[in-house]
Amino acid sequence: MSIELEAWIAGIGVLAPGLADWPTARAVLAGERPYEAAPTVLPAPAILPPAERRRASRLVRLALAVGMEAVTHAGADAATLTTVFSASCGDGHNCHALCETLASDDRQVSPTRFHNSVHNTAAGYWGIATGAMAPCQVLCAYDASFGAGLIEAAVQVATAQTPVLLIAYDAEYPDPISAVRPTRDAAGVALLLTPQRSDQSVAELRLQLADGPAATLADPALEALRKNIPALRALPLLERIARGDATAVGIDYLDPLRLQLAVQPCRP
Amino acid sequence: MTPLHLTHFTASTCLGRGLAPTLAALAAQASGLKRCDFETVDLDTWIGEVAGIDDTCLPAALARHDCRNNRLALLALETDGFADAVRAAIGRHGSRRVGCFLGTSTAGILQTELAYRRRDPATGALPPDFVYETTHNTYSVGGFVRDYFGLEGPAAVVSTACSSSAKVFAQAARMIEVGLIDAALVGGVDSLCLTTLYGFASLELTSRQPCRPYDAARDGISIGEGAAYALLERAPASLAADAVLLLGAGESSDAYHMSSPHPEGLGARLAMEAALRDAGLATDDIGYINLHGTATPANDSAEGQAVAALFDGRVPCSSTKGATGHTLGAAGAVEAVIGALALQHGLLPGSAQTQVLDPAIAALGLDYLLANRRAPLRHVLSNSFGFGGSNCSLVLGCAS
Repeated sequence: MSIELEAWIAGIGVLAPGLADWPTARAVLAGERPYEAAPTVLPAPAILPPAERRRASRLVRLALAVGMEAVTHAGADAATLTTVFSASCGDGHNCHALCETLASDDRQVSPTRFHNSVHNTAAGYWGIATGAMAPCQVLCAYDASFGAGLIEAAVQVATAQTPVLLIAYDAEYPDPISAVRPTRDAAGVALLLTPQRSDQSVAELRLQLADGPAATLADPALEALRKNIPALRALPLLERIARGDATAVGIDYLDPLRLQLAVQPCRP
Repeated sequence: MTPLHLTHFTASTCLGRGLAPTLAALAAQASGLKRCDFETVDLDTWIGEVAGIDDTCLPAALARHDCRNNRLALLALETDGFADAVRAAIGRHGSRRVGCFLGTSTAGILQTELAYRRRDPATGALPPDFVYETTHNTYSVGGFVRDYFGLEGPAAVVSTACSSSAKVFAQAARMIEVGLIDAALVGGVDSLCLTTLYGFASLELTSRQPCRPYDAARDGISIGEGAAYALLERAPASLAADAVLLLGAGESSDAYHMSSPHPEGLGARLAMEAALRDAGLATDDIGYINLHGTATPANDSAEGQAVAALFDGRVPCSSTKGATGHTLGAAGAVEAVIGALALQHGLLPGSAQTQVLDPAIAALGLDYLLANRRAPLRHVLSNSFGFGGSNCSLVLGCAS
């Protein structure tokens, strides 16, 4: 028996090297403009109170930026939304600083560094910024983190019959951890999923667990990004939406499984 | 939710390895805490350490996963026949129909902390034997357990600090409800490391004495380590009288502060209300509440207010962290197992280490248990709250 989960995408957020937002990513993925590599530019999180804004790491800025883009795109109210955060890593720079301190003669770590070391840091700041008291899930599945987040969000849409905002995001480690985890830059993808079609719907999504290969991207630079930054395993899905292409697409998940997605774009 | 049967469950903490020593310690109101002698840590604090982790060996084929956290994960899996129960479930349902959802806060970060002491003096490089993916990464414990059983179904690690391994029960229940899986291995694993010991000390949240939940003189947590698991499956038509069911789960967010709870416990109350709603129960149906009860001044005050407001002081409650220490990402699963034992044995555990109930909390009318009480139980609520304002409450019940 093959279970199928259905949801509608009402809003999309993207921030990645050379892809400043969803409109840019859409144009690049649709083949309307060439991909131009550039470091990810992370905006200051204006939605955070000043004290928290100063402490916001690259990872927090990233998650808040893509999440708010998807919410704005859908015309939704962030304060009401159930959220699923999924990241392959924590804040690598913070982790490095803590490990350096703990390996030194003076192990007194900074309290801010410590509370920013939890995997749900971005989710905590999202709550403070938006006032959302709804359930908030925070996952890690290493390179399969996007797939794990998408399943979780689709399952929650099905069980709670409520909109769910998925925010998948990853960022780089500094040396020396970068040698064993060479994520090259920060990148995130956010999808606001809803149980029913609305005027805001961008695409219908039907999700199944299946075998078979994950889809790849023809552009070598984009394919390199897809493989290097786990959140960008979402790119083949976004490409189908950008192109108005209704063919099914395989998205990376935990071996031996893939996510088989039937995508039905609602508008170009 | 549709009730799910806890086909099998186990817990290993500083109270001992498995259900029998855990139950015996609770019945004696004993504590497993000791003065901190972990690794090279030079902090004036108390810890709950699991015995035997260093002697636990991972199978050679999984050597890349070797770290304290995964050794603890394995030690607990191979206790109370839990691993055999998982294999039997795989036999019943197939390896793709059994999910694996575990909670942790720090996974194997200790491995990285130790590697940072052995960096190449010239290049700063980490030692060549350091493996990031299967020890440091937050998913590492999920990957290890999934590989240990050859599971091929959905999996993830939930990491919402100290609510992590309560939330996996809710996550697995949803996956079973939509039909993606027929069974789930859920649980939590968190092991001692320098990050949490020095980190909580930096926030002045660790106590110099054994932690005293809800006590007038409480002044912080005692960090513990632990691993606890449950196997969740749809409940069959007939069950043994002492079978334990997961009846409801509720999740919420404080949206307040990164490391302090909402002062009146508003998020905590939302989670408890959601769990009761999910279980289709009223506050009067709950016979015991296993509180989050970390023994920090802020947590116990906020949680006490939320519980008093919702339950009007009628329900006996206690924290068991004076016995186990705060096992952080494992606390949700450890305390779900304690809740299951409470149901099966009619044992409402008194709060180990607590001497005098905080008068401000007593004034709210809370029925906080300083001593063990014996009473038949039908339903138990278990609270788990974490940094970042992540809250989860579970409702467990007896089949009878």
